Amino acid sequence: MTLEAFGRRVGAAVALALVLSPVAAFGHQEVGQAAGLLAGLSHPVSGLDHVLAMIAVGLWGAVLGPPAIWVLPVAFPMVMAFGGLMGLLGFPLPGVEIGIAVSAVVLGALVLAEVRPPLWLAALIVAFFAIFHGHAHGRELPQGTSALLYSLGFVVATGLLHAFGILLGVAHRWAAGRRLVQLAGGGVALAGLFFLWRAVA
Amino acid sequence: MATRWRLPVSIGAATLAAPAHAHLVETGFGAFYDGIAHLGATPADLLLVIAVALLAGQRGTQAARWTLFVLPAAWLVGGLLGARFPVGSTLPVLTTLTFGAAGLLVALNARLHGAAIVVFAMVAGAAHGYVNGASLEPAGASLLGLAGVVTAVVCLLAILSAQVTTLRAGWTLVVVRVAGSWIAAAGLLMLGWLLRPVR
Repeated sequence: MTLEAFGRRVGAAVALALVLSPVAAFGHQEVGQAAGLLAGLSHPVSGLDHVLAMIAVGLWGAVLGPPAIWVLPVAFPMVMAFGGLMGLLGFPLPGVEIGIAVSAVVLGALVLAEVRPPLWLAALIVAFFAIFHGHAHGRELPQGTSALLYSLGFVVATGLLHAFGILLGVAHRWAAGRRLVQLAGGGVALAGLFFLWRAVA
Repeated sequence: MATRWRLPVSIGAATLAAPAHAHLVETGFGAFYDGIAHLGATPADLLLVIAVALLAGQRGTQAARWTLFVLPAAWLVGGLLGARFPVGSTLPVLTTLTFGAAGLLVALNARLHGAAIVVFAMVAGAAHGYVNGASLEPAGASLLGLAGVVTAVVCLLAILSAQVTTLRAGWTLVVVRVAGSWIAAAGLLMLGWLLRPVR
């Protein structure tokens, strides 16, 4: 093959590659959908502090019974997302990690002691901590993923953790189960103390 | 054209190729089915239809029937307008606000009058349809693609709202409200992504 022929072939290959690679695609569909949803679903379960606090919300809801058992899971995602919105818009929130650790301590202790405050106070306590969780976790969108599906996956995973806590809390109906639920609350509170120590150390 | 000019002209033409302004989901079955798939692949549209179906279902059969007529009709009209008078943007803040608001109303179990739900469905359907029309047209899907989208909206809306109207048990109604709160929460977070300051 002559040098000229070789050059023509290389040139043709480059031209073909450029044709097959459009400059940009500005489609309005979300990009990185599968990656976004999976990243969002896996994000809440990647941090044990968040996982334990969310399960404790479900457990406490089960301990409190209706209507708290459904008010808390309905209210929490929206307030958590509000915290995420604050974080995304740049509103500062000091001591986020400490707030998350304290949420595990307080919620675990409330389950352990079977504290039954009025519904408004229970909702207020949960909403207060939801702000910290949302602020901390709502900002971490991986590159190249759909923001909407990431957000949806994040919210759904958090909701499923609540549901898991509520299901565990069903055992509260029986005497032995009641002790188990209290034990679980105590475990969450202890783990929260560990996270708190780590956050302030 | 002289042989020596073919290669540089080809490379130049390829390099300066106009950007592709839209990419539909290609099912291989034609524009109508591409339109059906489009709804499933566009989360903001999908969430709006789900939220409106839940909202209408919560308020009973009368509201659900009216919504089943109004939302797809508004979607179609909006789509036709969008195809005729397109804008460069996909109006993400508007579409996020609509599905987020619908999710919030579901979560609150808002006791809206049937007419209010119909008006909401009309406005939201027209907005999402407009964005669909404006983006489907440049992609070559045209009216057949829009018809596919609207058909998918009708089917999903009918199935879901009908199911919700039949729910009686307390916990199933709570599940509907939880679904609404998830949609509202995703909308809030999405709004944050859209409005966050550039760092």
